[in-house]
Amino acid sequence: MIWLDQVIQGTLLGGYYALIACGLSLMFGVMRIINLAHGDFAILGVFAVWLLVVQTGISPFLALAAIIPLMGLLGWALQRWVFERSLRAGPLVPLLATFGLAIVIENLLFEAFGADTRSLAPEIGDLAFDSWVLTDRISVGHLAVLTFATAVVVLIGLHFFLKWTVLGRAIRATAEDPDTAELVGVNSRAVYALAAAIAVATTAVAGTFLAMRATFDPYSGPAQLIFAFEAVVIGGVGSLWGTLVGGIVLGVAQSLGAQIGPRGFLLTGHLIFLVVLAGRLFLSGVDSHAVLRRGLPGLNRSRSP
Amino acid sequence: MSEKPLFVTRWTPASKLSAAIAVATIAALSLLPLFFGANVTERLTTLFVYIILAVMWNALAGYAGLVSVGQQMFFGLGAYAAIRLSYSGMNAYAATVAGALLAGCTALPLSSFILRLRGGEFAIATWVIATIAHLLVNFDPLIEGETGKSMIALNAYDATARQAINYWITLAAMVLFLILVFALLRSRVGAAVQAIRDDEHAAASVGVRVMAAKRLIFIVAAFGCAAAGALWLATALTFQPRTYFGIQWTAYMLFMAQVGGLGTFEGPIIGAAIFFVLEDRFGATGVWYLVGLGLAATLFALLLPRGIWGTIEDRYGIQIMPVGYRLRFASTGGKSSKQTTRWSARANGDPHRV
Repeated sequence: MIWLDQVIQGTLLGGYYALIACGLSLMFGVMRIINLAHGDFAILGVFAVWLLVVQTGISPFLALAAIIPLMGLLGWALQRWVFERSLRAGPLVPLLATFGLAIVIENLLFEAFGADTRSLAPEIGDLAFDSWVLTDRISVGHLAVLTFATAVVVLIGLHFFLKWTVLGRAIRATAEDPDTAELVGVNSRAVYALAAAIAVATTAVAGTFLAMRATFDPYSGPAQLIFAFEAVVIGGVGSLWGTLVGGIVLGVAQSLGAQIGPRGFLLTGHLIFLVVLAGRLFLSGVDSHAVLRRGLPGLNRSRSP
Repeated sequence: MSEKPLFVTRWTPASKLSAAIAVATIAALSLLPLFFGANVTERLTTLFVYIILAVMWNALAGYAGLVSVGQQMFFGLGAYAAIRLSYSGMNAYAATVAGALLAGCTALPLSSFILRLRGGEFAIATWVIATIAHLLVNFDPLIEGETGKSMIALNAYDATARQAINYWITLAAMVLFLILVFALLRSRVGAAVQAIRDDEHAAASVGVRVMAAKRLIFIVAAFGCAAAGALWLATALTFQPRTYFGIQWTAYMLFMAQVGGLGTFEGPIIGAAIFFVLEDRFGATGVWYLVGLGLAATLFALLLPRGIWGTIEDRYGIQIMPVGYRLRFASTGGKSSKQTTRWSARANGDPHRV
């Protein structure tokens, strides 16, 4: 029974991982950038939300709604000034530049807010601890279900946006082949900036849900990046719905690991990631290059390496 | 231009002179503890460790195109193995050397898995594995989670002797690794890994043994970082997992290699010296210092990707330690004889480069 409970809690936790991972996946799928500052953007976003909440006393959800466009703007600016430049310089430079950026964000946050761990849980009242009792042993928290539902809504939204809108089509076309997309009139610079804006905006959502469930501090970002990346890789690089699958696998593995021992939570999560990665490398026989170059599966049908 | 015969040269008079100066500097450095006190030797020991780290990370990222965010794993494991061996009754310095070797050996099995990954996947997988190593070290009852342990075996030496030994052993390790990397980069492996960095498929198609070349660099870098960790422990005396397995080591390595000149032999040494001076001046400011490091690394990556030395090298064609090849046009006139160009220049560089 306790194991079933852990599977349920882990699945719901997977919703959070999908939230933090979908932006990373989108950015990788479209621009082939792995943003090593991704987790730090989530923490930056949640600090903005937290600041707004404690200053004005509004609900964190309202504050999040206000912060999302700002984070989108930040993503747009970063694409124009950092990513665009680094992309032209070769595949390594984005990694180097975003890693440097991560250090800057973490330490600026530390300078501004100090080392205290904070949480948004006190700001959301009953939602933080209310739960539905399923059996006498198993109950699911309202917040966990809300997080999972938000992840599904965000993924559905992204899915329909990419599939049915003009902008979404432009993003997919650019992800497939930026030069050809340019030839048929797509402004790939604008498309990249839009994708970066969406990706960074989603981190604010993820960060806020993290802060309502647990605590955060200026140096929480790298751990979130690792979880996001693990979810992306487990679910299949570049696939949006894969992030949900990967998130659930990661969440369940962590919850089961936590049941085994105090450090099991992190350890089993990392191990399942490595097992999936190794399994994919050795079983399929294809090198990860082919996996990486496949791009957004389900969105662009054929991308030859 | 094509009618003129071309000569391939490696050594130039300038590089011969500078190599001689380098040898003389090392000889002078090895005599230094006889004339200077602990405050000088201890600080130089730190610098030497930084140089080892910077050179190793540059060999990985700058030459082989492997951006590792997990080199702190070898740094941490080197220190951990050293302290574990010293508690099993081994002499402190024997444990330092053996610990470094033992920790470096973990790269052997690891390489066959992790080197199949590329770019960002490689970067984050190294990071995850470093985190796992950190968690596993926490399980060791000797270390007691994050509490850590001191290298008590070093008490067998009095402080003055210890500082001198630390200095010499670190200097020796630095020189050894510099020579090793220099020899590697000058050999076929050096050309092979740079070809892989620029285009792995193209390199494989002209017969470069991709895996073997990458593995060699990865393993050397692992030994270097493990040695740096074990030597750091010999100076710092206390092993705390969080300090040794911290991601900040990668941040430092990135800064030193990036600012000094990624993909040049001399660059990371200059970068380490800059880092050393900056830490001395601004280390006390804590957070702002780290912000500055991150900002500098980002700006250099975006605006001056070849770093300080790489830019100087590109502009003036000078190279102190010749790891690349130079093409010299046999000339009739005076001007063209100066036209030297580095064979190892990046593929996306100026068109006049070979």
